[in-house]
Amino acid sequence: MSIKNNRFINLLNCLRLCFPVFAIFAGYGQEKDSVTDYRKLEEVVLWQERKSTEHTAVVPVQQLSGETLKRMSSLSVADAVRYFSGVQLKDYGGVGGLKTINVRSMGSEHTGVFYDGIRLGNAQNGQVDLGKYALDNLEEISLYNGQRPDAGQSAKAYASANTIYLQSRKPEFEEGEQWHLHSGIKTGSFGLFNPYLNLDYKINNRLSARVSTAYTYAHGRYKYRFTNGVYDTTATRENADIRALRLEGALYGTTGFNSKWFVKYYHYDSERGLPGAVVANRFYRPQRQWDKNDFVQGEYRQQFTDRYYAVFRAKYSKDYSRYFDPEIVTTSGFLDNRYHQESLYFSLSNSYRLTDFWKLGLAVDYENNTLDANLYRFAYPERNNYLVALTTNMDWPRLNLQGSLLSTTVKERVRYYERAEDRQEFTPTLMVGWQPFNSPNFRLRAYYKRIFRMPTFNDLYYTFVGNTFLNPEYTEQLNLGFSYKQQRDKYLLEFQGDVYKIGVKDKIVAVPGVNLFRWTMLNLGKVSTTGAEARVRWSGTTVGGLTYGMQFNYTWQEALDKTPGSSVYGNQIPYIPVHSGSANISASYRKWQLNYSFIYTGERYSQKANIPSNYLQPWYTHDIAARYELKVWENKMELSLAVNNLLNQYYDVIKNFPMPGRSYRLTINYTL
Amino acid sequence: MRIDFTEWSRYSAVLTCLLLVALTACRSDDPLESGGVFEPPASEEPGKSEGEVRGFYLLNEGNMGANKASLDFYDYTTETYISNVFSKANPELVGGLGDVGNDIAVYGSKLYVVVNVSNKVEVLDLHSGKRLGKIDVPNCRYITFYEGKAYLSAYLGEVALDPNAPNGMVAEIDTTSLQITRTVEVGRQPEELVGHEGKLYVANSGGYSPPDYETTLSVIDLDSFQETERIEVGMNLHRLKIDEEGDLYVSSRGDYYDNPARLYVVDTEDHKVKKSFDLAVSDMEIHKGIAYAIGVEFNFHTGQNTISYSKIDTRTESLLDDSFITDGTEEGIELPYGVAINPQTDEILLTDAGDYVSPGRLYCFSPDGVLQWTVTTGDIPAHIAFVVE
Repeated sequence: MSIKNNRFINLLNCLRLCFPVFAIFAGYGQEKDSVTDYRKLEEVVLWQERKSTEHTAVVPVQQLSGETLKRMSSLSVADAVRYFSGVQLKDYGGVGGLKTINVRSMGSEHTGVFYDGIRLGNAQNGQVDLGKYALDNLEEISLYNGQRPDAGQSAKAYASANTIYLQSRKPEFEEGEQWHLHSGIKTGSFGLFNPYLNLDYKINNRLSARVSTAYTYAHGRYKYRFTNGVYDTTATRENADIRALRLEGALYGTTGFNSKWFVKYYHYDSERGLPGAVVANRFYRPQRQWDKNDFVQGEYRQQFTDRYYAVFRAKYSKDYSRYFDPEIVTTSGFLDNRYHQESLYFSLSNSYRLTDFWKLGLAVDYENNTLDANLYRFAYPERNNYLVALTTNMDWPRLNLQGSLLSTTVKERVRYYERAEDRQEFTPTLMVGWQPFNSPNFRLRAYYKRIFRMPTFNDLYYTFVGNTFLNPEYTEQLNLGFSYKQQRDKYLLEFQGDVYKIGVKDKIVAVPGVNLFRWTMLNLGKVSTTGAEARVRWSGTTVGGLTYGMQFNYTWQEALDKTPGSSVYGNQIPYIPVHSGSANISASYRKWQLNYSFIYTGERYSQKANIPSNYLQPWYTHDIAARYELKVWENKMELSLAVNNLLNQYYDVIKNFPMPGRSYRLTINYTL
Repeated sequence: MRIDFTEWSRYSAVLTCLLLVALTACRSDDPLESGGVFEPPASEEPGKSEGEVRGFYLLNEGNMGANKASLDFYDYTTETYISNVFSKANPELVGGLGDVGNDIAVYGSKLYVVVNVSNKVEVLDLHSGKRLGKIDVPNCRYITFYEGKAYLSAYLGEVALDPNAPNGMVAEIDTTSLQITRTVEVGRQPEELVGHEGKLYVANSGGYSPPDYETTLSVIDLDSFQETERIEVGMNLHRLKIDEEGDLYVSSRGDYYDNPARLYVVDTEDHKVKKSFDLAVSDMEIHKGIAYAIGVEFNFHTGQNTISYSKIDTRTESLLDDSFITDGTEEGIELPYGVAINPQTDEILLTDAGDYVSPGRLYCFSPDGVLQWTVTTGDIPAHIAFVVE
């Protein structure tokens, strides 16, 4: 039986699984349907579920949205999330360098990245390159530790240890407006040329469209310093160029019968140089990489009664990547690896309000992933994922209790060789929010979550390296926190603090085989992390009309290797600083806006042993940006200038992958 | 709950200042590793006889991309182990020793260090460790010496970056001028080499094109510097040593799946395989009629490594029953990686690469396999070269 046929059967199974649920709830809904009910519903507009804010959420939430996002003048999501506490960005440097996020020392595979409500997957290596997602088309970035507590989510939303939600901009129109256009260009250091265009069009009262596109080119060259204290040389990063095209088109609609929907097409196509590690006698490498990502995704939300609504989501994606290495000459020419991933996803989530304070949810997801590669002895794996999440939310004025239970069923198939065993896992989450005093200004929160990440296709099947005996990598989190908020006429002050304990067991690590080329993956590592995070936010306006905002984040983390019998038992794990923090200060006065950002990452070790030869210096960068708004032909124009790494500090986030020194960026945009 | 705003603002201002001061003050100058400079042993000591082993250099490979190849020195006269002697003797050399130290050898008064990913051979003064010269050869692997010349194998052929040139090469290097004098094309991804009676034997691996591995030794005539013959041996060849009788011991790594690793004996007179052993060899050394071999083989059906420490009598060409470790020390060895025998004392030196990303260990055993001493090394301790007076 071919893979395609199997997939169809899986889909049928999935629908069979979801349908009874859908039917029960739908049937219940129909009973109560009437014209008057509809009218009542429209007033209530229940699908605008009250979103949990940073202050009231039962888990730690950090958000960057709208103006704040604009002011920071970041180029990509990766630049922006660095300011969150508890986050380490793994940055290989430059415009095109891989950038992945590591939240609370669990490893990047444990962070789910969602784009408009649906997870961006990568079954091959479990990593999402946040450098690929530009901010031009984003409205909001949110990081949730544990899981997002909102109702009506897909089962996938409960399936990772922490999640980042990227919310793209939606068309919004002023009264009488038919269309508008926002366009701009970014340029500056690294030969950056980045024009972008966003167009919103109102087709009718119930239907609107948005097209967003951007092109990025950069030669990517920058100077860096290579020193040991005795030798001290400056070199130029070469083969770091990138060209990338992003195109998104989306339709947003509402119906006359209490539903709303959107469909989105996303296309990304890029070619980039891989500048490689800087080592003695070797400053240039010729390796290159191509990526092509296409997906279509949609969401349909139906309010059946004032108690019940359902959301249906679907996605089809195709990802292609190519790695080219002319330094490896095989019998069939240069090494040229090509990987094709395909994924099909359906989700149905139901939210039902049982009583005034009690809501139940049931979400059922199905996902199918395949990976093809032109590798020797490749297994051609296919994974079928079935997820069911049962959730309960109890919200009283001063107490919120939430719980969820996720069932994950994974069935794998391979065309050749061995396959990983099928799996069935149940994982719980419990979350509590409590307002202990009369004043809503002070809140306490706590959560417990146990979840795992599946071994990736690379972990299981990569030729010579993969190991099909692998178990999932489990994480267990316990978090306690508080939030204090004080709102006055002229200012808003917020304090948040969390302490946490995280255990990672059966960590999937590469261990050596016969030689350097023969590694294998094993469930070996154990990590125990104790951490604390503190955030202060303060914003307001002064008498002169100056608006200001500032935020300070501090993270303390002790992430210790607790692998039994290891020679590095008790050492801090690689690339996790004990101390890290960020500061952000902004001011706007009339047409001017100023922003200052600071990031500090303390000393770290590049490998497991905490010894001098693995020691990495702390690094800190100061970025400033100024923005000026003016009117040109009655329309808004903005000019902004950003200077990043103002003090020109040379540093590595990843050892031997030098980061750029001082750089400049100029942005001009115009809104019609 | 009421909090006075002015008081908070004062606190936060103080906090901010403290924070900024603290943060900007904690980046020190790049720390050089402690331990001071490398002081080479005095070159002349009265009362020492010819053939006295003064010490040895140990090359730590360092994990790929880490730029952490390092050179250690053990001094038998003072019984001291000194780490990072290359960096201590040459602190001004940009980037240090480099990425993945692949081979080391002593010839005359010079020490040759082959650094694979850094595409170079460092030529050092044997006693001071100071650089005498550097030879750039892309993807260089192993080095050997024969009648005043150095021979270096390299994965990348004579014509760089040509998709139709998968073959590797051997470069001949003048040991006085340190210049490449001649090159010759051999099989794909050549590994170790041995010179014997006017010929050079090179183990070809073909490791870049699985499952299409090479199965031959290249034979190079050293007068004409031409490849004259290929000897059919076995799949994916790697180690190559010669015994006193002129027999070549060649390790075959197999394909890591269905074809197991083996060890072959090749006669240099008729260029034929005369014997083979069902034995995985990841490193070996022949000394006084005994081949000491360490083997690590991964089994895909069990997901486990099988480790062996074997002895082969090269005169009878038979595998001896006993392991060369006899005191149970092997229990604590995670991944044996390199083996060498002290030519004077017959002591066995064995390295443990551990998990490849943490410092390894060096073990010294008496000739009858009892642990004498052990020391922590750099990352992936692998290759040893003795300094003989």
